[in-house]
Amino acid sequence: MSRVNRATATQSLSVSFAVGLYGIAFGAAGIAAGFSILQTCLLSLLTFSGASQFAVVGVMGAGGSALSGIATASLLGIRNTLYGLRMAPILRLRGWKKIAAAQITIDESTGVAIGQEDLGIDAMKHGFWLTGIGVYVLWNFFTLLGALGAQAMGNPSAWGLDAAVPAAFLGLVWPRLLGHFERTLAIASLGLAIALSPLIPAGLPIILTAGLAAIFGWRQRL
Amino acid sequence: MEAATMSALWIGVIGSSIALFVLRYLGYLVPEKFLTNPRMLRINTLIPIALLSALVGVQTLTEKGKWVIDQRLAGVAVALIALSLKAPYFVVVISAAVTSAVLYRL
Repeated sequence: MSRVNRATATQSLSVSFAVGLYGIAFGAAGIAAGFSILQTCLLSLLTFSGASQFAVVGVMGAGGSALSGIATASLLGIRNTLYGLRMAPILRLRGWKKIAAAQITIDESTGVAIGQEDLGIDAMKHGFWLTGIGVYVLWNFFTLLGALGAQAMGNPSAWGLDAAVPAAFLGLVWPRLLGHFERTLAIASLGLAIALSPLIPAGLPIILTAGLAAIFGWRQRL
Repeated sequence: MEAATMSALWIGVIGSSIALFVLRYLGYLVPEKFLTNPRMLRINTLIPIALLSALVGVQTLTEKGKWVIDQRLAGVAVALIALSLKAPYFVVVISAAVTSAVLYRL
C-alpha cells in the first residue's frame, strides 16, 4: 500500500477518538445492567458494535432472556453485513485479513472509507483500516475504564446511570430521525414497546417493533 | 434494574458476539446482488430506528414489566432538550445522568 495521506489519517484518528470515548458510557451501562467487568469488556472486544452491545445489556438488564438480547443485537447488526458488501470489492482480501476486516467493519470504518472516494482506492483502504483499528483500540480501552468506574460507584441509580442508558439510545436514534416518516415510526415503536411491556416477557416488545419497521418500509413511497 | 442469572448473561455475551461476526463475515462472502433489493435496504435502515426508539421507551418508563414514572423520565427529557439544542452526544448522556441522580438523591 502507498503512503497514507494526511487528510485521511487526520479524519480517521479524530473519528476514532470521538467514537472510542463513548466506550465509557457502554462500560458503565454493562455494569449497571448486572454484567461483570469481564463480560462487559468481552462484549466490546467480540461483539464490537455499539448499538448491538447497548441492546444486549439493555434488554437483559431489564430482565429479558438471552435469546431476546441476541435477537435484538442481531437485528441491529444486519447493517454491518451491508457494509461488508460495500467494502469487499474495495479491500479484496483473503484469509486472516478478511476475518480481521470483517471484525472491524462498523459504521465508522465504512463511513470514513467511503468518504475518501475522491482521494482514490488506496485512501479508502487506509481510511477503513485506520478508523477500524483506531475505534477498536479506543472503544475497548474506554469500555474497561467505564466498567471499572461504574463498579467503584455502586448503586447505578444514585449516579444517574439508569437514565444515562436510555439517553444513550436516544442519542443513537436522534440523527436517524430525518423526516416526518422516521419520526412517526420512532414514536409508534416507542409507544408499542411501552404498551406491550406489562403483557409479554421483557425483550419481546422491543423485538416486535422490528415488524413495525418492516411494515413501514414495505409501504413507504419514494 | 433486574439482573438475569450469570449463565444467561454469558449466553448473551457469547451469542451476540457470534451473531455479529457471522453477520459481518457474510458481507464479505455473498455476492452483492443478493442483498440489494431496494425494499429490503429501506427496511434495513428503518429497523434501528424502531428498535432504538423502543429501547428508549422501555428503559425510561418501565421496570420489571410494569409502567413506572420516576427520575429516569426527567433525565431523558433533559437529554431530549440537549439533543434539540444540538449538544454533543457526551453532553446528552451526562446531562441525563446528572438530572436523574440529583432527583434520586433528593
